[in-house]
Amino acid sequence: MALFDVSGYKSHSELRGQILGTGVGHLIDRPNQQFSVPVGVDPSGFLKSCSREGGVSIDLNHGTTTLAFTFRHGVIVAVDSRASAGSYIASKEANKVIEINPYLLGTMSGSAADCQYWERLLAKECRLYKLRNKQRISVSAASKLLCNMMLGYRGMGLSMGSMIVGWDNKGPGLYYVDDNATRLSGRMFSTGCGSSYAYGVIDSGYREDMTVEEAYELGRRGITHATHRDAYSGGVVNLYHMQEDGWIKVCKEDVSELIHRYRKDMF
Amino acid sequence: MEYLIGIQGQDFVLVAADNIAANSIIQMKQDQDKMFKLSDKILLLCVGEAGDTVQFAEYIQKNIQLYKMRNGYELSPKAAANFTRKNLADYLRSRTPYHVNLLLAGFDETDGPGLYYMDHLSALAKAPFAAHGYGAYLTLSILDRYYRPDLTRDEAVDLLKKCIEELNKRFILNLPSFSVRLIDKEGIHDLEKLMPVGAK
Repeated sequence: MALFDVSGYKSHSELRGQILGTGVGHLIDRPNQQFSVPVGVDPSGFLKSCSREGGVSIDLNHGTTTLAFTFRHGVIVAVDSRASAGSYIASKEANKVIEINPYLLGTMSGSAADCQYWERLLAKECRLYKLRNKQRISVSAASKLLCNMMLGYRGMGLSMGSMIVGWDNKGPGLYYVDDNATRLSGRMFSTGCGSSYAYGVIDSGYREDMTVEEAYELGRRGITHATHRDAYSGGVVNLYHMQEDGWIKVCKEDVSELIHRYRKDMF
Repeated sequence: MEYLIGIQGQDFVLVAADNIAANSIIQMKQDQDKMFKLSDKILLLCVGEAGDTVQFAEYIQKNIQLYKMRNGYELSPKAAANFTRKNLADYLRSRTPYHVNLLLAGFDETDGPGLYYMDHLSALAKAPFAAHGYGAYLTLSILDRYYRPDLTRDEAVDLLKKCIEELNKRFILNLPSFSVRLIDKEGIHDLEKLMPVGAK
């Protein structure tokens, strides 16, 4: 390594060895905990054999609608709260938004177990980053951490569609991360099996210069209409607003009441 | 669903890629850039399975930059293409192959412009023009008919426009915009996005 040798650069581990002396273990700086899996084990095949088609009927918690969009006054995040296991509703009030820190939120869709575990791990990594570097992690870096965790388990049957929402030095940030390590930055995303219905409503009602109340209403509408059409979404709408000085929880409203209110206005 | 195209001239390479990032039937993003800058004069265009594309392209991008840091000079386009192919081939028979289709375009001081076609089975071919995706079935014949090795820059852009108009007319999927870049001895230049309009 030509430039490396010439510049006399000492790598971190060499310096640490000099300061602390040998006999101290080296700093473990791995962002993930690794699960050791025996060679030849095929988790995704095993999962398929346990589902309804495989005959065993252990269906994972799936089915959701979540949405998030940026506008002039920050980012709106809205999620439903139904946790379904096949055709059984496992919970009416599942919590699908993880509050990573006062400036970062993560949404969950897909397998509840996968989302809860990996996003909680992401929250741990964000906290460690802040302790090590004395500044909050950027939204871009946080989403990249999650994306790389997904990459480590490629092809093993993880199911997670998540949006990382935050406000950092570069302003409001919204990233979509999923289980095949796709990471997209954008201004509007919706995930889950009800996402297509949500896209229909929020695409047609969106304006960049909406007021805050209009944006709240658009988020509520998106989830409500999606839960109306999608059997696997329902429960309550949990609405968050990411502002410059952190997020606030705006409201939690039952979708059946909302849909009746909207239909009354229609006729 | 995605589309890549490259056209080599005498002293330049013109490349274009569509801008849609899709997930089953939904367009998640309409301004996705599918070109990755490997060095000042090399671009890697990458389409394929979700997740694999960006991960593989960034992996190659960082390794090319590392090579430059370690050895003090950059890889030529031909060497970069072969390096990429070798990596793709190594992963091909592993548990997690990368399902990506690539075009690598570059300008070398000694060899001039070069366009390399690579597919997910790790085949590599240097070609005067190439395309990936369903759109290739419609446009390769246009390239066969109108391509000449001595195309000027404007003629190449016109040929590219012909191809994109054909997609707009006959391809069942809507691809509303395409990023276009040109590589010559001065480096990589961004040209204006092509947005085919209306039905003919």
